[in-house]
Amino acid sequence: MHLFDSAQRKRVPYQGALLGATALLASATLGFAYLQTAPLIKQQAAADLTASLKAVIPGIDYDNDLLSDQIVVAGGVGSATTTVYRARRKGEVVAAVYQVSGKGYGGDITAVMGLDNNGHITAVRVVSHKETPGLGDKIEAAKSSWITSFIGKGLDNLDEKGWHVRKDGGQFDQFSGATITPRGLVAAIKGGVDLGAAHHQEIFTPATMQLTKERAK
Amino acid sequence: MSQSLRTIFANGLRDNNVIFVQSLALCPTMAVTGTATNGLGMGLATTVVLILSNFAISLLRNIISEAVRIPVFIIIIATLVTLVDMALNAWLHELYKVLGLFIALIVVNCAILGRAESFASREGPFASLIDGVASGLGFTLALVVIGGAREIIGSGTLFAGASLLLGPAFSFMELTLIEGYRGALLMILPPGGFLVLGLLMGVWRRLEARRTAAAAAIEPAAA
Repeated sequence: MHLFDSAQRKRVPYQGALLGATALLASATLGFAYLQTAPLIKQQAAADLTASLKAVIPGIDYDNDLLSDQIVVAGGVGSATTTVYRARRKGEVVAAVYQVSGKGYGGDITAVMGLDNNGHITAVRVVSHKETPGLGDKIEAAKSSWITSFIGKGLDNLDEKGWHVRKDGGQFDQFSGATITPRGLVAAIKGGVDLGAAHHQEIFTPATMQLTKERAK
Repeated sequence: MSQSLRTIFANGLRDNNVIFVQSLALCPTMAVTGTATNGLGMGLATTVVLILSNFAISLLRNIISEAVRIPVFIIIIATLVTLVDMALNAWLHELYKVLGLFIALIVVNCAILGRAESFASREGPFASLIDGVASGLGFTLALVVIGGAREIIGSGTLFAGASLLLGPAFSFMELTLIEGYRGALLMILPPGGFLVLGLLMGVWRRLEARRTAAAAAIEPAAA
């Protein structure tokens, strides 16, 4: 049972060899496990991304693979560039999905928003935030229907002043006890709508799939 | 085996409960016990790692040298946590989306190192495995009780979101105890965790003291 007696185990070379062997074995195991799981994990992550993109373009009928149809536009809300995923029907771009990020009370709020080709919001979902539970977390679709108040809004049916929370003279409700959270998110989504308008040509002008792929490279 | 199964279970669940008696692993406890479901998820994930690490360390206990045991334990625990993390992500992805948050936190759970040091490095693999189960369940119990208390007072529900963790069949567990309750924010925020933990620790000690007193009263009569 005892491979080495306790006197041998107290020697420095033994301890060094033991640590080295443990580390080597651990890395080998992890390396092997990584090779086994990495392709599956990548697949799962892609499926997750597709699901979150799909969630913000409800009712949009499209026939392409969202993940393989993306372009990067200059500028962004809370980022230097924005990756735009495009939904197409028969080659024509019918909706665009991208991420925006704004400042909340507890930190950054990241949301995914969908925009149809008229520049109207199809839906918005918050994907990560650090807002106060019970107050600011009403921005989550699971906690409150507040996030649906963005649906259908665009630059043509809501003026500059309207794109604010009620406290600031706008159209969107704040929550009792939490104004900073919805204020930050409304500003971020307004920024997203502006971004869509600024790059409307680039995003929605129907390019063939071939061209898109080249641009993505 | 130097300890009977009964002693190991009584130790893990009650007499030497990781949270209420040893006050170990309080950081992950505070972080996840906003709801009973989160407590359950964290508890179960930790139990799995604890069983694996206790078993592995017990098997290696005769070749691990005293002076370098701590880094060796940590390498083993961190490797196991990473393996569990990768395996769940790849094969049980739905569960991973719920538990993923907790798994990385297990590495810093000093209760696992504590069991490795005080049990697995001294006892045989089978006893260590059982100790992993018992201590893990004790940890889970504590987390569910703390989470449940915070959830009931904080938001008036119990086991909210349990069907996400355990599957749709468990949606019966999700209870709304107080209809239209506006919630007590304090309980959901970290201070609520400290308040509930402190009170429960007090209750635990009180019960323990009473039990010891009762046992002491019976013993002379029996003798």
